[in-house]
Amino acid sequence: MNETGTIRVQVNGKERQIRPGITVGALLEDLELQPGMVVVELNREILERDSYGGVDVSEGDTIELVHFVGGG
Amino acid sequence: MSNAMIDEARALDGPLFIGDVEFTSRLIVGTGKYATNEVMVDAIRASGAEMVTVAVRRVDLDRTKEEAILHHLSPDEFFLLANTAGCYTAEDAIRYARLARAAGFNEFVKLEVIGDERTLLPDVHATLEAARTLSDEGFKVMAYTNDDLITALRLEDAGCVAVMPLASPIGSGLGVVNPYFIREIKRRLEVPVIVDAGVGTASDACITMEQGVDGVLMNTALAAADDPVRMSHAMKHAIIAGRLAYLAGRMPSREIAVPSSPTAGMLD
Repeated sequence: MNETGTIRVQVNGKERQIRPGITVGALLEDLELQPGMVVVELNREILERDSYGGVDVSEGDTIELVHFVGGG
Repeated sequence: MSNAMIDEARALDGPLFIGDVEFTSRLIVGTGKYATNEVMVDAIRASGAEMVTVAVRRVDLDRTKEEAILHHLSPDEFFLLANTAGCYTAEDAIRYARLARAAGFNEFVKLEVIGDERTLLPDVHATLEAARTLSDEGFKVMAYTNDDLITALRLEDAGCVAVMPLASPIGSGLGVVNPYFIREIKRRLEVPVIVDAGVGTASDACITMEQGVDGVLMNTALAAADDPVRMSHAMKHAIIAGRLAYLAGRMPSREIAVPSSPTAGMLD
């Protein structure tokens, strides 16, 4: 944790300051994302959807949040 | 598809099985590049396609959530085929495929590993490598590839449930540039051969199906038409027409006329 009381993580290629002690599930909630609509990769490991509430986000984590978009 | 024309086509042609999943429509469509989501949904419905492709991308956290395709297309109505478009290495394509499968819809993936930005031609070595890995992991791989017989055979050996040679480069609308190779690939493979990419208009789709292939996958031909919904209707008819013409067996072509009416019985 730094002096602002937050931790630094990379989310979709951008650095974000988030509150410490947060789970992946809570992060999705903060970002207003429905868990059923996204797939989460934490430090290159894909997370099972039902594990989001039990996995903590830590300082320096790299998180990718992906979903389906139009494509050919 | 859901009208009398479809029933007629069904009576004249068998279903298409891809990896044990049964489809009535032989047209697979993409969901990219439409002007609006409403037009996309109307066009896809008009095309009669049951299987639709989608891409895996980062959620844009700064923008509206409207870009999520699942807000517009119901997975109950369409069979979602996730692609690995935009990947230039086997490793990336495998990563995208795994992410797509984690979305929880099915184990199908449209494998696409691009080797060149200008032509978007596939890197067939990387495609083969990824196809082997993904098939081993239980994926049902539908592999986009060049119109090259040897690669197509290797992809089948690798366990792909469908092999998808291009008609011509992605988004080019040039139609089938090499019908002979497409026919030979179809003759030699046991898994379905779906021609993917390059179809520009209805005649292209019809000619492609007349080569005997099992189906056609298209996106830009619909999305970039002035009227995508009308073009989707046209493509639905073209795919059925080409398929039935192939099954019917065309007359031999000859470079001299043969009268259709009797030459006997003419008046003096």
